[in-house]
Amino acid sequence: MKEKRDLKIQAIENGTVIDHIKAGQALNVLRILGISSAFRATISFVMNAPGAAGIKDVVKIEGKELSVEELNRIALISPKATINIIRDFKVVQKNKVVLPSYVEGVVRCINPNCISNSSEPIKSKFSVLQSEEEGVTLNCLYCEHVISENIAENLL
Amino acid sequence: MSFKNRNVISMKDFSRKEINYILDTAEKLEPVARGKKRSRLLDGKIIALLFFEPSTRTRLSFESAAQRLGGQVLNLGSVEASSVMKGENLADTIRVISKYADLIVLRHPLDGSARMAAEFASVPIINGGDGSLHHPTQTFLDLYTIRRESHLEGLKIAMAGDLKYGRTVHSLCHALSLYGAEITLVSPPELRMPQEIIRDLQKNNIRIRETDALEEIIGDVEVLYMTRVQRERFPDPEEYEKVKNKLKVTGDLLKNADPSLKILHPLPRVNEISPEVDSTPYACYFEQAFYGVPTRMALLALATGVIE
Ligand SMILES: [Zn+2]
Repeated sequence: MKEKRDLKIQAIENGTVIDHIKAGQALNVLRILGISSAFRATISFVMNAPGAAGIKDVVKIEGKELSVEELNRIALISPKATINIIRDFKVVQKNKVVLPSYVEGVVRCINPNCISNSSEPIKSKFSVLQSEEEGVTLNCLYCEHVISENIAENLL
Repeated sequence: MSFKNRNVISMKDFSRKEINYILDTAEKLEPVARGKKRSRLLDGKIIALLFFEPSTRTRLSFESAAQRLGGQVLNLGSVEASSVMKGENLADTIRVISKYADLIVLRHPLDGSARMAAEFASVPIINGGDGSLHHPTQTFLDLYTIRRESHLEGLKIAMAGDLKYGRTVHSLCHALSLYGAEITLVSPPELRMPQEIIRDLQKNNIRIRETDALEEIIGDVEVLYMTRVQRERFPDPEEYEKVKNKLKVTGDLLKNADPSLKILHPLPRVNEISPEVDSTPYACYFEQAFYGVPTRMALLALATGVIE
């Protein structure tokens, strides 16, 4: 079984593997990292791969180690994701994503009357909170609106 | 305590101690606001009034405050603001006006605009109202009125009218909770205070009760803060007619009032307070409008640093 899976998700020499992404969120992971067609590194991803704890998505970025702050944003949409830094085919670092306390320019404010949705030269800014009852919530630092669901749909 | 270069964006940025200091300063300046004493405190200072939305009363109140202190006013009223800045973004406008003035009073229709302006300004920003969010100078003047005409500590206050959309009552409730108020909320069910605000108040151990009838509570409060209920909020005109009469202060209603009761209203009123109330000792709303001047004088003087 293990070999079969490795065929699907080929090992990389150097780079970053984001594993245990909530199934269906791989494309949003690329968005949250700001990865577009202009990005030069080779990226491969697998959606709905079988894992020990049900299906998951996996993203591999070859030849590039992303910064921990960048990667931690993934926690907004997939709190159980792990980050593996690969050098010379070996995992040199394996971390769980940590929810950042502040994000800038990542999510759009859902208040249409918010100044951050106008043409002003500013980025959206949110403080991030996590609570038992409400899960992850984002508080707009401009208009004070709270986003507690549909964070993935409001990625910039 | 120094407020020099401090922005005035939201009531939540101020502690009870700071609020008291601002109200004390307003009280010292009150004779100047009444024209009984002359002041040159703001001599040589230029205050820019940048209003992207018409609000004549707020603008005039600031203008009066600045001029009573001997300051000069650059009045970029709403019409001028849009034509002078020809499509320029607010960030650039703020950067430019910062070069012309020592302080900017901003009123703007977008939520969070004052917060953003403060990021780009090199002089202090006083928020004269941003979208549906904050209007802190209104809350300071409300607090000042309550302190002058009644008392702040442990106040028994009722807020009546549109409690759902009324930003003035939201931030006033928050500020009063710093003084341990007992708050009664009087509104039709359609216009109740949002739950999250009630929860916030309860976190501060504030006693809240809710009702839809003024006659139930009028004998039991020291301040009644009335607000306007807009007809547009009601899909059914008949519902509005019913509410209109339930939330109306009349001479009759006041027969059961505590003799020390004070009635406040941010104005303009439509028909929620009958004219016969104006000449009673309960009526405080016109004096409240005046109190905006010493309050804004205090904020201008503190933020420019001419009073420390
Ligand atoms: Zn916002």
